[in-house]
Amino acid sequence: MDFGSSFIPVQIGGFSFRLTETIMDTWVVMAVLIILAIVVRIKLNKFTEVPESGFQNFIETIVESMDSFVEGNMGKKFKYFGNWFFGVFAFILLSNLSGLLGFRPPTADLATTAALALTTFVLIHFMGIFTAGKGYFKGYLEPIPFLLPLNIISELATPVSLSFRLFGNILGGSIIMGLIYTLPVIVKLLVPAVLHIYFDVFAGFLQTFIFVMLSMAFIGDKIPEEY
Amino acid sequence: MNYLIEPHAFVLGCSAIGAGTAMIAGIGPGVGQGFAAGKGAEAVGRQPEARGTIMSTMLLGAAVAETTGIYGLVIAIILLFANPLVGQVPN
Repeated sequence: MDFGSSFIPVQIGGFSFRLTETIMDTWVVMAVLIILAIVVRIKLNKFTEVPESGFQNFIETIVESMDSFVEGNMGKKFKYFGNWFFGVFAFILLSNLSGLLGFRPPTADLATTAALALTTFVLIHFMGIFTAGKGYFKGYLEPIPFLLPLNIISELATPVSLSFRLFGNILGGSIIMGLIYTLPVIVKLLVPAVLHIYFDVFAGFLQTFIFVMLSMAFIGDKIPEEY
Repeated sequence: MNYLIEPHAFVLGCSAIGAGTAMIAGIGPGVGQGFAAGKGAEAVGRQPEARGTIMSTMLLGAAVAETTGIYGLVIAIILLFANPLVGQVPN
């Protein structure tokens, strides 16, 4: 479901498959993230107890703000989710911003966003069973047992709405940008710059934020109060 | 057989009309997000020190209100770029 993207046919052994733009751009995003992580890890050896360099301050600010973001949404006990959500946040944000460099954002493909939403779906129900035990299954019979089918449907709608929200926003933005780039040269001088700020930077950052925050809220919902 | 309109063209035209009609779904999120933003501004005016919390709550609510509009957008995009109806036209 990557509308209007090109692909390269590849043949390895007896198998032939299509290498889409989404796959290649995802590799680029992954490579950038891995290189960044390795660079930060190497520099980590020089870090001191009290930050001295601006770089250390920067890294600590990012990690601490992400940790406190998770803490504020899910509680102190689940601070360890910061590790996971930081990765998701960095991946989605870099994917959305890659539109600025002329890439087709990997998040403009339903496959990428559906995969991300499915990980959230698994996390929601795993954490529900892990923390609430029997109470998790009882939650489906509330407020009255009659509503069981509706509860199941609303659970299944969660990953659909999560993935479609990100996918629709980014794909809509990239289609509008594609239409703008077909206009005469005079229009292309200034208009795309302003639209890139809105569609790639603002909407990209907002949707990343929303995706991560909604994931946290959904997971936190399944965790009982007293846990 | 002679058709008044080419069946393929007819399906394509109707799909374009359908895509346009699907975007009427944009009205709901517009009203909803405007309402959320208005209430958010009201809340900040009343309690300026809670600006951060109000902001993130408002963005969350606005994003949830946006979902129905995005469904409409996805249907319009499917009709325009990955039309499932054209394949069903008899040759």
